[in-house]
Amino acid sequence: MSAARVGVVTFPGTLDDQDAARAVRLAGAEAVPLWHADHDLKGVDAVFLPGGFSYGDYLRCGAISRFSPLMTELIPAAQAGLPVLGTCNGFQILCEAHLLPGALTRNEGLHYICRDQRIRVESTRTAWTADFADGQEIVLPIKHGEGRYVADAATLVALEGEGRVVFRYAGGNPNGSLNDIAGIANEAGNVVGLMPHPEHAVEDLTGAPSVDGRGFFTSILKRLVNA
Amino acid sequence: MARVIVDVMLKPEILDPQGQAIARALPRLGFSGVSEVRQGKRFELELDGPADEAALSEVRKMAETLLANTVIENFAIHVAE
Repeated sequence: MSAARVGVVTFPGTLDDQDAARAVRLAGAEAVPLWHADHDLKGVDAVFLPGGFSYGDYLRCGAISRFSPLMTELIPAAQAGLPVLGTCNGFQILCEAHLLPGALTRNEGLHYICRDQRIRVESTRTAWTADFADGQEIVLPIKHGEGRYVADAATLVALEGEGRVVFRYAGGNPNGSLNDIAGIANEAGNVVGLMPHPEHAVEDLTGAPSVDGRGFFTSILKRLVNA
Repeated sequence: MARVIVDVMLKPEILDPQGQAIARALPRLGFSGVSEVRQGKRFELELDGPADEAALSEVRKMAETLLANTVIENFAIHVAE
């Protein structure tokens, strides 16, 4: 059987695509480069939207990227069930694209934060978290200036009630996110977005605080192999 | 030819830490009497034609689609004198 193919999207200003592709390969899948200007998902089995400053974060983070040719293909595919993971800027793009509810706004303390962060896994029912245990605490790097998750009261109640809060900050809320939310999923659980960076926590050699990020990639691979 | 202004502001319930930082800076500079600052964005759109009802309807669509994220922001449109 051929390896699962995970697309990694590059926009102008994307920073983490190489780390994401490497994490995909370390997990045993094929990393397929996807270019923002192409109307082509290249038949991939899942998509990783990496972090960075796509389109320079002009207007709002993710506001321009969300209308790129690649995204006009990705949005209907995600709505039809294609697994998509967005980290950091990728999470912001997913919110701007309305694939996930709410928005990411400027950190409460205004500072750009770059540090290792404890995260609690609140849902293992998504395509990207099945390999974790419910309530498991992991450590991932965070690095963002606009990661404060906000949504209206009704949306927060729905997210909490439907078990769609996938990750919560533990040991202190770094950015003022409502309900300590670090990541969420769509109703079907195939689309997940989070501010922390699993792709930076897959190898001891790079000085990562953990290799907890591997769980995201092993989760999606099991899902694809069993699909 | 007309110029249309679109003002975009964070919704009142959304925290604006940049506005707060500006408000805290004012007294340090000797300005008093300001209890709150909210920061927003202003877009100036030069239209090819007149700012008639159809054109303003299009501007409204532009604001909803791109200029503002209506999850967290409100917008107001007016025609410049």
